[in-house]
Amino acid sequence: MMTESTPKKLVELKDLQLYFNKGKANEVRAIDHVTFDIYEGEVFGLVGESGSGKTTIGRTILKLHEPTAGEILFNGEDVTHLKGKHLSEFRKDSQMIFQDPQASLNGRMKVRDIIAEGIDINKLAKNKTERNAKVQELLKLVGLNEDHATRYPHEFSGGQRQRIGIARALAVDPKFIIADEPISALDVSIQAQVVNLMKELQTKHSLTYLFIAHDLSMVKYISDRIGVMHWGKLLEIGSADAVYNHPLHPYTKSLLSAIPVPDPEVESLRQHVAYDTTIETDGKDRQMIEVNPGHFVLATAEEAATYKSQQI
Amino acid sequence: MSNPILKVENLHVNFNTYAGTVQAIRDVSFDLNEGETLAIVGESGSGKSVTTKTLMGLNAKNASIPDNSRLLFKDRNLLDLKESEWQSVRGNEIAMIFQDPMTSLDPTMKIGMQIAEPLIKHRQMKKEDALARALELMKGVGIPNAEGHINDYPHQWSGGMRQRAVVAIALAADPEILIADEPTTALDVTIQAQILNLMKDLQKETGSSIIFITHDLGVVAGMANRVAVMYAGKIVEYGTVDEIFFNPQHPYTWGLLNSMPTTDTQVGSLEAIPGTPPDLLMPPKGDAFASRNVYALAIDSKEEPPFFRVSDTHYAATWLLDERAPKVTPPLQIQKRWARWQEIQGQEA
Repeated sequence: MMTESTPKKLVELKDLQLYFNKGKANEVRAIDHVTFDIYEGEVFGLVGESGSGKTTIGRTILKLHEPTAGEILFNGEDVTHLKGKHLSEFRKDSQMIFQDPQASLNGRMKVRDIIAEGIDINKLAKNKTERNAKVQELLKLVGLNEDHATRYPHEFSGGQRQRIGIARALAVDPKFIIADEPISALDVSIQAQVVNLMKELQTKHSLTYLFIAHDLSMVKYISDRIGVMHWGKLLEIGSADAVYNHPLHPYTKSLLSAIPVPDPEVESLRQHVAYDTTIETDGKDRQMIEVNPGHFVLATAEEAATYKSQQI
Repeated sequence: MSNPILKVENLHVNFNTYAGTVQAIRDVSFDLNEGETLAIVGESGSGKSVTTKTLMGLNAKNASIPDNSRLLFKDRNLLDLKESEWQSVRGNEIAMIFQDPMTSLDPTMKIGMQIAEPLIKHRQMKKEDALARALELMKGVGIPNAEGHINDYPHQWSGGMRQRAVVAIALAADPEILIADEPTTALDVTIQAQILNLMKDLQKETGSSIIFITHDLGVVAGMANRVAVMYAGKIVEYGTVDEIFFNPQHPYTWGLLNSMPTTDTQVGSLEAIPGTPPDLLMPPKGDAFASRNVYALAIDSKEEPPFFRVSDTHYAATWLLDERAPKVTPPLQIQKRWARWQEIQGQEA
């Protein structure tokens, strides 16, 4: 839970850049000068459409991609160029829950071995009994049965598989979890179960989450703060309430106007606001400007003033 | 408006697998009225996609449909058709928009030609005429600079543009019934909004009837005139869109509505439906939803509930509506929806 005083920064991204095919004609700026912090104990939601770079950011933090430039700080330490032993130590502290529980669990391994892989690699259990006891405990924690340990992933439903993925991430007792679209492959009724479980575990184990998703209503529900991305740039950042109910950037407004709401009356009145991308390509110099306390938008000084005056 | 163009009666679909018979559709009946959009909502495995595949005659070979099932369309039972007869229906009178525009287009065929194909096949048009019509259709679905892109291949297009092409193909032969199976699930929300608006506009123009399959209740609220909620191979509740969203009666519909957060859902108050859907190899006795239902009655595990009438257009299969059933208090969010229903009723009266 965040304290009102100065919350501790757990993850800091400083001017992070990741260009694919740098300098060539087909250069892609997957992460384009992105700066933000994730505070200890919060859920930071990252939203944007496909190709916005939200997944790439998550993978870059875990060093699954090498950034082109910029810095990543974890717990105050520079982790941008970690290698070898230091890298494995860092990865023990920060874990990932993947989108597709079908593809991210090894189909030839038993659930027990999948969950215990991190325990084995990091030598967190003294002997087999302790290892298996830990697995049992984790299974119970995520709402599965003890006898599930000897089964294979294909014997489970999508929601159960995602619970296995969560148990695997928790096995090494991490501080920070990146959840990349953890619920988009699941049915509506199961989505709520998994989100509630994640929220419950966060409180119990004082975890910090980076929650990446395109489903804005779910992100709003689980997150303390939200960042909005488009074309590799972070366009807006603020508290979940501020971004959702008082958006500044035209892209955020367009994105919010596109979310279908389960209410026929609201739907009959909904107007989708189109987004004019030219403000991202006109080459003007834009900075993150703090329009309201804690609520930033990528804009020129004039634009920031206009956005503020238009804010609901 | 209540002029049924399609009547589905007592539909059963079984799949014979090595593990036994999967009863995917267990007695489904509904009407599709002319010019309306009927949404079928449910989770994976509820049978919504099998229903539409049956309507297109596209079921896998191991599917078996009992003789008393009937799909009445234009005075004939579609289930009696031979494959050669199906070919004059499919893509012509009944067309389908598939979920994934990546896999439902032919990667080796130019997009213009793919749109023209149903015209050449069903309307016996000459190739040049069909391509000219394809160009019109491309413009109609909002593809910019259609002339310059008629000879493109699918991989050259983005997902949203490809889905527009899929819509154009489905509309090419001017079908009376359009079946859209999760047409926007693979798309981003902004693109989804564009495609949904496009479908609404086109429906106004052509007056075709749409069966819209989805699990996204937000999309349903914006698209549908009527809604059928499916669970474990059965329809459990159906009614007008307002009736389903503001006066839902079945606990499963409550659960579905509750498990989607809205803007004012507070942290910790999202109510998930416990458990998982039943195995249709061995459907449970009685009400299939009973084991996940906190409002389940003793009778639910013994006897299947019939449809109870809520209004002339609204029916729900739950024992809670029986006059002998105890009064239950639905979840708070549903109570709010009911209160809204009272207001709407008041305004209309």
